[in-house]
Amino acid sequence: MYPANFDYQKASSVAEALAVMAANPDVKVIAGGHSLLPAMKLRLAQPPALLDVWGIEELKGIRREGDWFVVGAMTTHADVLRSELPLFPEVAYEVGDPMVRNRGTIGGSLAHADPSADYPAAALALGAEFVIRGPEGERTVPAGEMFLGMFESAVQPGELLTHVRIPATVQASAYEKFKHPASHYAIVGVAVIRDANGQIRAAYTGAGEKAERLHRLEERLNSGQPVGTGLVESATLLGDRFASPEYRAHLVDVLAERAAARV
Amino acid sequence: MTESRPDKYMGQALKRKEDPRFITGTGQYTDDFVLPGTLHAAMVRSPYAHARITNIDRSSVDGMPGVVAVLTGEDVQAAGIGPIPVGWLLPDLKVPAHHAVAQGEVNHVGDIVAVVVAETRAQAEDAAALLAVDYEALSSVALGSAALAEGAPQVHDDVPGNVAFQWEIGDEAALNEAFNRAHKTVKVQLRNHRLIPNAIEPRASLAQFSPASREYLLYTTSQNPHIHRLILAAFVMGIPEHKLRVISPDVGGGFGSKIFQYQEEVIVLLAAQKLGKPVKWTARRSESFVSDMQGRDHESVAELAVDDQGKMLGLRVNTVANLGAYLTLFAPAVPTYLYGTLLNGVYKFPAVHARVTGVVTNTVPVDAYRGAGRPEATYLIERTVDVMAHELGMDPAEFRRINFIQPDEFPYQTPVALVYDSGNYEPALDKALEMMHYQELRAEQERMKGTGKILGIGLISYLEACGLAPSALVGQLGAQAGQWESSLVRVHPTGKVELYTGSHSHGQGHETAFPQIAADELQIPIEDIDLIHGDTGRMPYGWGTYGSRSAAVGGSALKMALGKITAKAKKIAAHLLEASEEDVEHEGGVFRVKGAPSQSKTFFDVALMAHLAHNLPEGMEPGLEATAFYDPKNFVYPFGTHIAVVEIDTDTGVVRLRGYGCVDDCGPLINPLIAEGQVHGGIAQGAGQALWEEAAYDEDGNLLAGTFMEYAVPRADDLPHFQTDHTVTPSPHNPLGVKGIGEAGTIASTAAVANAVMDALWHECRIKHLDMPYTSEKVWRAIREARGGMGQAADD
Repeated sequence: MYPANFDYQKASSVAEALAVMAANPDVKVIAGGHSLLPAMKLRLAQPPALLDVWGIEELKGIRREGDWFVVGAMTTHADVLRSELPLFPEVAYEVGDPMVRNRGTIGGSLAHADPSADYPAAALALGAEFVIRGPEGERTVPAGEMFLGMFESAVQPGELLTHVRIPATVQASAYEKFKHPASHYAIVGVAVIRDANGQIRAAYTGAGEKAERLHRLEERLNSGQPVGTGLVESATLLGDRFASPEYRAHLVDVLAERAAARV
Repeated sequence: MTESRPDKYMGQALKRKEDPRFITGTGQYTDDFVLPGTLHAAMVRSPYAHARITNIDRSSVDGMPGVVAVLTGEDVQAAGIGPIPVGWLLPDLKVPAHHAVAQGEVNHVGDIVAVVVAETRAQAEDAAALLAVDYEALSSVALGSAALAEGAPQVHDDVPGNVAFQWEIGDEAALNEAFNRAHKTVKVQLRNHRLIPNAIEPRASLAQFSPASREYLLYTTSQNPHIHRLILAAFVMGIPEHKLRVISPDVGGGFGSKIFQYQEEVIVLLAAQKLGKPVKWTARRSESFVSDMQGRDHESVAELAVDDQGKMLGLRVNTVANLGAYLTLFAPAVPTYLYGTLLNGVYKFPAVHARVTGVVTNTVPVDAYRGAGRPEATYLIERTVDVMAHELGMDPAEFRRINFIQPDEFPYQTPVALVYDSGNYEPALDKALEMMHYQELRAEQERMKGTGKILGIGLISYLEACGLAPSALVGQLGAQAGQWESSLVRVHPTGKVELYTGSHSHGQGHETAFPQIAADELQIPIEDIDLIHGDTGRMPYGWGTYGSRSAAVGGSALKMALGKITAKAKKIAAHLLEASEEDVEHEGGVFRVKGAPSQSKTFFDVALMAHLAHNLPEGMEPGLEATAFYDPKNFVYPFGTHIAVVEIDTDTGVVRLRGYGCVDDCGPLINPLIAEGQVHGGIAQGAGQALWEEAAYDEDGNLLAGTFMEYAVPRADDLPHFQTDHTVTPSPHNPLGVKGIGEAGTIASTAAVANAVMDALWHECRIKHLDMPYTSEKVWRAIREARGGMGQAADD
């Protein structure tokens, strides 16, 4: 009712979606719509056209390929929650509520690169890979190169995130989240995993402009030291009425301690 | 038919009759009504907190699809539409004009600058977004105390110094004398921050004008359609009230925010008249945030004095009440007669004095929000009482106990005007302490020291005045309204009964509770009774629902009307039984001759004869219908004790509400299930203020919490199981003995949860007071700073 006028079309295949994007650079891809539609209703986003990729069958579901799970971008949070993926089910449970999880998708969330989203921490900690298809063909981006800034991911105009590749085996994993009291997005989320070789990898989301690895935590834990404090290296943390940068940095330390205790 | 009827409906936890339609989506809300040819209005709202409108360029939306009209302040003025009046006047009250559409100046973000009417909602919204308006920004002020400062921006030229009123109550000399002989005093600065009501159904209005009869019809989201009719007809539109029918159909919550007469209601009426077609407006949620009247917003200093026995001697209060940009319907009464008069609480204070300054600012207007003044009073008293208990080293429960007004002291004249009709505060306190295992909680609090978690136990004993109100009294105090209620009982020939009330149900369950009263009185099955409300065309008079008044005032009016019905029915029955009226009794669902139980007439027999009139007593008018008006003799005074239990994580400052128990005394319960539901919702809303909700503005008057992504309301998983119980002390002066329960939960729980948090912080690190809401960073910093000041804390 309240958004500005827009055109709408549905794609039934990745090829069709890419063709539509190539023909109309202004088109905005919509998946579950749980980030885009609220922005459109407030007219903060006024895309002239939406391309709905929700119905593309080849983007749905989770399959095992050797040491990896390959997750279709249009797999819902609800399906992630019920899956055998490492760590991601626990993280999916922290996303929204059942209605959001039944509609929101893993690909939509990760491509959107909301600095307060939960999945990026898990993707970084696990060392996930992102399969992106565009006019030039397909490329695979490691997690460390996926999140570039606030609402800025490696997915370029004209491209579509098609799959997320997630290592199938870890020894242990944990996600600790500190929710924004109103939105329930992460003010801070910390993911810690112990990989197949027993090495700790960790990352946080929410505190800064993008999700980041927690290298200090990894180094300390992998060399048998305690978690300690001062884990965040970034100088630019976010701040708002509910959580100042200093508090967010402190929360990373607290949540890292709690997550580390579980792996 | 009468066999299945229980002996008594009053007191039964019947499921609500209205719920099937609500939970199956078949309720009929204002936005659900569709009139042929309806046009849609969209509001152009000010992005500025304070600005002069230098130009509105109507041509900027010329030719946009579907656009029918643009209305501005000039159009409103040209139509002779008056400003929206204030319904409660105080001496020397300064009332800035509140126009339906701004006339030259806007005074808060969200103020209405212009209106676009179009054939569809989407067209109206599109055009409203593009209407070109030029503003010259003016300096603005958002905080009450800042508006009082020297050199502060002036919100309105005709409100000098931004002071709308100064008001005081109590004997200041007596209070000063009490403080002079005090053994100990405490002084607390308290901010009772601003809230947004957030009814689940946004406001909506649909107006129709008939050129033939010159009658208006208005569907609107109102808690009191009769007040809307009176104000809109007599004061704003300048038409006879019988030319305006106001229908307030199913309404999805109000919490006070749907009492007031709003700008949009005037706009759709005017637009419908000018354009000759029905006009509808429904708020977007983001409009609700900047246009529904908001609540609370006090800055206060409270001082409490006690003698060497811990007996309270006096309470001194100085409050700055932020009223927002305009004075709305009850705005002057909320921080004065609904607040200052309540500052005695449940205690034997020899002296209380309060001074209140009502201030205008460049924010959304503030008016009654669930509890309206009484939560502010309760929070101030109970927080201050706890600070004193802590400093005296007394248990907060015992400190309260030794200061309670005793049961043999009622009626009790307080130093701040009210006469409490009845009360018995100690049993409610004891029951609550027992329910929550208070002593065990205190022991657990000690055990938890050093664990990284701290336990807080918050206890409050509240009192409220509700059942608004004796008309002559409120008239003396400045009300421009009566506060009685009326009821009509109409018995049909088949014995089916319609009850009409001027009360309005928007979540209170009247359609169940009122028939429970009637079923007992008429001794007929409740299934034969329906309640009609919310339509000035069907029920001529009433004053609506707010201030927990419906059961005590509307219910009493109903009881009186029912008494007239049964009196006439008994006369008819006696006539039919060929007995004298004195020999006829009304029992077990029938009228029968005493000593000859085989001779009886049912209610149906009587109703049918009343309408057939084949055989009525000599001179009796046919029909069976009665109207009654009930004007209460006093307020009613519910009370009780609430206990909140919180756990604070010292690493993060997160407060978890772990337990909650309450014992309320609202007199006899008409329907315990509905009463419990009211208590549950009230506790959630009050706890929301203590822990999460805040309508935060920046200093220039921009609302920082304008969506649910920023404004944190409690969710089910934020709240514990609530334990509820009651004591029953009837009101001596109304025919049902009932008091009110709609606001008690909110009035009590904000203070209870706040006291729990501060109890934890006092025990952990001797923090005397922090302002709500207790967001995690605030609590974390306070603990860190306090520990810094105290050296190493015990559990580090």
